[in-house]
This record gives sequence, C-alpha cells and structure tokens, in this order.
Amino acid sequence: MKFKGTAWKYGDDIDTDAIIPARYLNTSDPKELAKHCMEDADVNFVRKVNKGDIIVAGKNFGCGSSREHAPIAIKEAEISCVIADSFARIFYRNAFNTALPILESSEAAKEISDADELEIDTEQGIIENLTTGKTYSVRPIPKFMGELIAVGGLVNYVREKIKGQKGK
Amino acid sequence: MGMTITEKILAAHCGQDKVSPGDLIMAKIDIALGNDITAPIAIKEFKSIGAAKVFDKERVVLVPDHFTPNKDIQSAEQVCTLRNFSREQDITNYFEIGRMGVEHALLPEQGLVVPGDVIIGADSHTCTYGALGAFSTGVGSTDLGAAMATGETWFKVPESIKFIFTGKLNKWVTGKDLILYTIGKIGVDGALYKAMEFCGETIDNLSIEARMTMANMAIEAGGKNGIFKADDITLEYVNARAKRPYKVYESDPDAHYAQVYEFDCKDIEPQVAFPHLPSNCRSISDVGNVTIDQSVIGSCTNGRISDLREAAEVIKGRKVAKGVRLIVIPATQEIYKQAMKEGLLDIFIDAEAAVSTPTCGPCLGGHMGILAAGERAIATTNRNFVGRMGSPKSEVYLSNPAIAAASAVLGRIGSPDEL
Ligand code: SF4
Repeated sequence: MKFKGTAWKYGDDIDTDAIIPARYLNTSDPKELAKHCMEDADVNFVRKVNKGDIIVAGKNFGCGSSREHAPIAIKEAEISCVIADSFARIFYRNAFNTALPILESSEAAKEISDADELEIDTEQGIIENLTTGKTYSVRPIPKFMGELIAVGGLVNYVREKIKGQKGK
Repeated sequence: MGMTITEKILAAHCGQDKVSPGDLIMAKIDIALGNDITAPIAIKEFKSIGAAKVFDKERVVLVPDHFTPNKDIQSAEQVCTLRNFSREQDITNYFEIGRMGVEHALLPEQGLVVPGDVIIGADSHTCTYGALGAFSTGVGSTDLGAAMATGETWFKVPESIKFIFTGKLNKWVTGKDLILYTIGKIGVDGALYKAMEFCGETIDNLSIEARMTMANMAIEAGGKNGIFKADDITLEYVNARAKRPYKVYESDPDAHYAQVYEFDCKDIEPQVAFPHLPSNCRSISDVGNVTIDQSVIGSCTNGRISDLREAAEVIKGRKVAKGVRLIVIPATQEIYKQAMKEGLLDIFIDAEAAVSTPTCGPCLGGHMGILAAGERAIATTNRNFVGRMGSPKSEVYLSNPAIAAASAVLGRIGSPDEL
C-alpha cells in the first residue's frame, strides 16, 4: 500500500487514554470516536488533519489499556498510517486487527519533523521524507499483515477465509 | 545461532524450523481463553465473522470469574452470554459458579495448559502459564473471537530477556518478591514487547506455584510473556493433571538475548510496591509507618494453596488488628477445599478474617472488598494503579502473602518478624 500525507509529530508514551479518552467510551461508533481522536495529546488534532495524513510518534505508542477503540478512532479520523519508534504490544495487535497500517522506525520517528510531507510504501518498507529528501528503509509490512489491512481487519479476513473453506 | 524456548515453541506452532525476533507468523493455538468481561465482545465478533462452530470445543475455555458470583444485573447478563454460547457450542470447559476459580489459577490446576503450548487469552495475565514452559499471552477481544473460529492467531516473534537468579532466598522471600524486585529494577516498560525468561539456581529450586506468581506479573513489566523451562518440578505438577500429551522445549545454550540480568537473592528482601505502579518497590525494612484499612490475600497472583499456607502460618493464633479488614479469597474451589481440609480456613476465621468463595472480586475493584476514598490496602494482587481496588482516592500496596497477613495483624505494613 502507498500513502502520501503530512506528518504530525508526537512524543513518547502516547497512551490509549490520550488517543481516545475513556470519557467517550460509552459508544463504540467509529464516527463518534473519531471526533475525539488524540484529543488529550493534541486538542486541535481532528481540526488540523487531512485525509491520508500520518502520525509520527516516539516510543511505546498506544500503551495502557487494551481498548480497540484507539486504532479505530485513528483509522476513522482518516489517518493513513502511524510511524513510531515502538508500539505497545496490544496496540500493535489491535492496529492490524482493525486494519490500521503501522510502521516501526527509530530513525524516521526521530528525524521526521511536524508538517513534513511523507510518502510511504508499506510493501517495500520505504518512508520517503519529501520535505528533507531523506529515505528510510524499514521492515515492510509482511504479505499476510498487508492482506489483513487490505480486507479491513481480522474479522473480515477470517470471514472471507471461512467462506472460502465452505466453498471448497 | 540457537533459539530460545519462546522461539522454539512459536516455530513449532507455525510449522517452521526456525523463527527470529521480529518475524510475523500465523500460529496454531492450543487454548483460547475468555472471561466474563472480554468473552461477550469476542462472542459478538465470532458471530460477525459468520463462524458456525468453534475450532475445537475442548480448547475454548470460558471462565466467569471477575464479577461472579454475579454482583449485579449487568454482570449477570454478561455471564448469560457466556453460558448460552457455551451451551450452543457445547463448550467442554465452561466453568460455572461452584466449579469455577480465578482463570489463571484454574487452568493449570485443571490440567488444561501443558508445557510447549501456545495459549492466548483475552486477559492480560494470561502470561501466567509460562510457568509451565508454555508460550502464553494476553490479546484483545477481536483476537479471541477470531481465534475461537479458526484455532490460530498471528504473532510477532518477541526478543527475549534472560533473568538469572542466584543464591538462597532470604526469610519470607517468595516468587512474588523476586518478580516485584525485577519490575522495580527494570520498570513497567522494561520488558516491553519481549519474552521474559527466568532461570538460574534459585529458580531451579522454586516451587511451581511461585513460578506462576512470577510469570503472572511479566505483563507488569510490559512483557509479552514470561517463561520458565519445564523441569522435574514442573513435570511432577503437570503429570498429575495433564489432559493432553505435551512437549518440553528448552533454550539453546547459544540462543540470542536482547539483554541479560543477574540478580543475587541475598540482596532481595520481601518487597512492597507503593502506589501507583508495580515498579514502585521498596524493601520491607524501608517501608516506614504505613497504616492500613484492609488486607487482601487472593487473586491469580497469590491465591493458591501455598500462599494460603504462608499467610496462615503467620496469622495462626493471632487476631486481625482493630479497624482492619482481612479478606482471604482462595483462587479456586479445589484450593478452597484443600485449605478447609488443612484447617487454614479455621485459622483465618479465628483471626476474624472474612473468607470468600473464589472470585477476582476486589483485585480489579469489582466487588467483595472495595475501598472508600482515603482508604489504604495491602494486597497480594498484581496491580496498584489509581483506583484499582475502588475509589480513585484509595491506595493499594502490593506484597507477598506473609507480609499481607502480618500487616493485617499489625495494622500497618510490616514483616512477620515484628509480631
Ligand atoms: S485476579 Fe485480578 S489480575 Fe487475576 S484475572 Fe482476576 S482481575 Fe485479573
């Protein structure tokens, strides 16, 4: 998958409460969740991002609770991809399961600045910073995970797979 | 280069000869676990997938343990979802009240988890089963829903950190103290995403229950799993219970570790984790005067029979201090019965403790011993986050069972040596 968008930069340990505060969890409607995406990390987030933009963050992105509402909110806010130095492990799982592409790169996470224009190829594992001209090569999203994202997450993936088996 | 025990188990479950840290794999799972909080969502996802049958009715385990015996109408509805699903799917291992126990104490006891397994559970303390030489880890509800349908799940192979413990344990020091000490040293994200492998001469002599306590808290250091090799101590425990054949794996001598820590147990006193992080540890001699309102002995960390024995040994013939509540919760029915047989329940009740049927209860601030604002508890549980046992203005301190028992008698956090 290829994405192009503006980078919005955050620090270390952005927890799931910052991504989607618990006070909004009385609904699991993605549209409602998206309205409050990243609210406690950056109140202006939803207003400033455009479709396809990219979150760039430091270490341990998505730490805290196991709530799946976090990647859902980011995805529904039309963020195309999250790049971080590292992800907390349950967030990492939940991201792929809910079809949010994510890439790990310490170098890119450190060097990319707020508002840089990025171009990403998740299959090749390439992040190109169009603003600085620097290219980063990262571990690509493997084929299976790519498929997971392409079909819209784990539930869809497994549904298709089961249908296929029944058809045989 | 050789492989670690974690890498070997994962390789065997995805049909490869070798896996390396960072690889993403599809692995067969041996057990998929859910509880009364997480399984209802997983069941919803399972149905939305369009799956008709669970992958194996013997290998989906459902345990209503958090808000049970049902504390209110909502929790009763949650459990109903599990019960109906279990009936519909003819799930063998659905544990109704009366057979039930806290999930992570129950599964090993029932012989449902064995060495070499890959186990996922929609509960973060699923890492407990690493004590038996299995790979086990917590996941989200969607993961569980999908795994119940397919019998497989995806993993990123973790790097491993080796923790070597040497020397003899000091008096009153248990597995709980070793793991609290470790978390105190490396921090709550010290093992982020990694496998925590425990070994060394001290571990070789440690009981299986103490190992379960340690593996249980791997998540409190950010770990993906905690793991021990299965040795004679493990196999003696497993052989008496196992419902399935199993395979024992061991790390190669030339396996690669991201880090290696060595701890000399002569430096380790009983530990107390102060609010509000499990890493906020002090040695018992450095605690100072911390008065308490409640002491809780139980949970998937320390509600096993050896824990109750340790607490009873301390409290025998004594009384809980005036103004302090001591709540003792055997983690499973079997433990409850054994404690009764050994006269431990008499000891607790004579000391004026409340003894409860198995439940998670106060551990997650569910019921059965919630704290008011300004109250302070010492507990043998695993988390002391803000509001974990009740009011956001209450405080939880974590310790081993002997310290929790002694503190109940003293009315402040202290050691059995002070009695
Ligand atoms: S006893 Fe506590 S930590 Fe263990 S499963 Fe229950 S709520 Fe979770």
